[in-house]
Amino acid sequence: MFANLDARSTLLSVAIFVVGLLIWHAATHVPDTGPIGVQLSQEQRDTLLAANMSGEDIDTYAAEGVAYAQLEQIANLGLSRAMIEAAGGIRALGISVPDENSAPAPGSLFPSPALIGKELWATITDPFYVNGTNDMGFGIQMGYSLLRVVIGYTLAAAVAIPLGFLIGMSPLFFRALDPYIQVLKPISPLAWMPIALFTIGDSELSSLFVIFICSLWPMLTNTAFGVANVRSDWVNVARTHELGSMRTALTVILPAAAPTIITGMRISIGIAWLVIVAAEMLVGGTGIGYVVWNEWNGLRLDRMIVAILFIGVVGMLLDAAFARLQRAVAYSE
Amino acid sequence: MAKPFLSIERLTQQFPDGAGGTLTVFENSTFGVEKGEFVCILGHSGCGKSTIMNILAGLAEPTSGVVKMDGMHVSGPSLDRGVVFQNYSLLPWLSALKNVTFGVAARHKDWSKKQVEDHARQYLAMVGLEGDVVHRKPSQLSGGMRQRVSIARAFANQPKLLLLDEPFGALDALTRGTIQDELIKVWSQTEQTVFMITHDIDEAILLADRILLMTNGPFARVAESVEITIPRPRNRTEIVEHPNYYAIRNHLVQFLGQRSLELAGQKSDQDDQSPQSVVIDKTKDDTDPEPAPALQAVVNE
Repeated sequence: MFANLDARSTLLSVAIFVVGLLIWHAATHVPDTGPIGVQLSQEQRDTLLAANMSGEDIDTYAAEGVAYAQLEQIANLGLSRAMIEAAGGIRALGISVPDENSAPAPGSLFPSPALIGKELWATITDPFYVNGTNDMGFGIQMGYSLLRVVIGYTLAAAVAIPLGFLIGMSPLFFRALDPYIQVLKPISPLAWMPIALFTIGDSELSSLFVIFICSLWPMLTNTAFGVANVRSDWVNVARTHELGSMRTALTVILPAAAPTIITGMRISIGIAWLVIVAAEMLVGGTGIGYVVWNEWNGLRLDRMIVAILFIGVVGMLLDAAFARLQRAVAYSE
Repeated sequence: MAKPFLSIERLTQQFPDGAGGTLTVFENSTFGVEKGEFVCILGHSGCGKSTIMNILAGLAEPTSGVVKMDGMHVSGPSLDRGVVFQNYSLLPWLSALKNVTFGVAARHKDWSKKQVEDHARQYLAMVGLEGDVVHRKPSQLSGGMRQRVSIARAFANQPKLLLLDEPFGALDALTRGTIQDELIKVWSQTEQTVFMITHDIDEAILLADRILLMTNGPFARVAESVEITIPRPRNRTEIVEHPNYYAIRNHLVQFLGQRSLELAGQKSDQDDQSPQSVVIDKTKDDTDPEPAPALQAVVNE
């Protein structure tokens, strides 16, 4: 019936998605814990007090109908009243607090799929609003992140590809530079951050530097490898046609090594996108990485999860673009 | 005696043998090729045929000795010496046509795009590649077609010397036959000087004016130069009828099967080790006052 592989794989994907949603829903669904003004037993109060929640807090929230289980979760997270209120009060937690129209609607602290769906829709329909420095649409924040990645990555490509050609074509430079590359390549991008912050000072430039330095290596090593391994026959064709070294590099070596070079660029863009999120968490201010950190601090887990989802989607699109480029330069022998 | 068009003088090639010593592939090899001549070189693997080819192409440097073409020293590759490589060496990201225009544009930098393409198409047509097929990439062509493109690329550049390194080695027998015919056709239209490596005795007799025979390595040398006394135009089905065909073929088989081994490492009478000239002509046997040099050579050794 489903002979078509495409149809079968799509069906399986959808099934996995639905099952995942159901599990998520079940895990975040907390059953009705009773009417407004639930009374806490002495034992429950003691637990919460032990977890640093003040007596007034407990009374206030309990009186508002918040389930004991939720209060305990909040207490376990070590959140004080001040923090909760700074995050916009208890409603901002994604916990629906009963008002005169609604029955008490408890839920887990972790947002439910429905809530994420709502937030996702809100984000997609209004991606470019600006309500202040800490409240901007995801579209704008994503733009900041992409801009940083594009600048840092382009600089890295401008250095890595010519340098890779040099290393690939000259055994002298290969041997001379290889030790540095081998030592610098495995350094974690975040380890560069303090050095960058100290030497460059400016946090914006530092994050650009970190993108630059970590997208450099895959492009550099792949270009050098691709160039060094161009079939000698093709180089001989160039030589017997009296092509100069510049023309040989552009008309023979570049197309021959292009698939390897693009593979390096594809790995690099992936790393750059991984790193920008971490870098923005550290330096803050703007960008989708900062959004994740900011929403976490404000305990807007729903917005945080939507931001994370967008990070994944944009990363996928970047990768797909390079996959397409890879197909364009591929050749079969 | 006037120097031949292409003259190879006392060419020696040594490589490190990997154990600290040197391996002499060939020593003091000397031979010449005349303008417009089609010369094949026959010999066992390892006797240095490909090394000679690379030196002629300028892709390798000999340990000692010189190669002169038209009186000029050969050093480094040049458009004057076109090469057809054994594995075609087409650029796989370019179409067949672009592979040929690549060469033509390198040769004629002042030509317009249209001139370059017309010229390339003309030579592709000579080897039987016309129409849409020229827009295919090498990976979409059969082995025979690829080698045709490679031959067209080399001929289109009209080099002074064309070097063919076992061009048909990787092809099946039937395809090889067809392309040999095309090679003869193109060659007879262009009067190109051709130097070709081959393993195939029949191919050499069909194509060559003269066959150089190499002894086995190490210390290989070009021992004999056998003239192919079969008139052109030759045809693969007709040449076997010619009285000289089997006489020449037997001589070559004899050499490769036996004497190439016996002669290995021996120096010739002459210091420069230039090859012994051999002419086998059954059609003139009765009138020839002297015995054929070939027989003499065999008796002498």
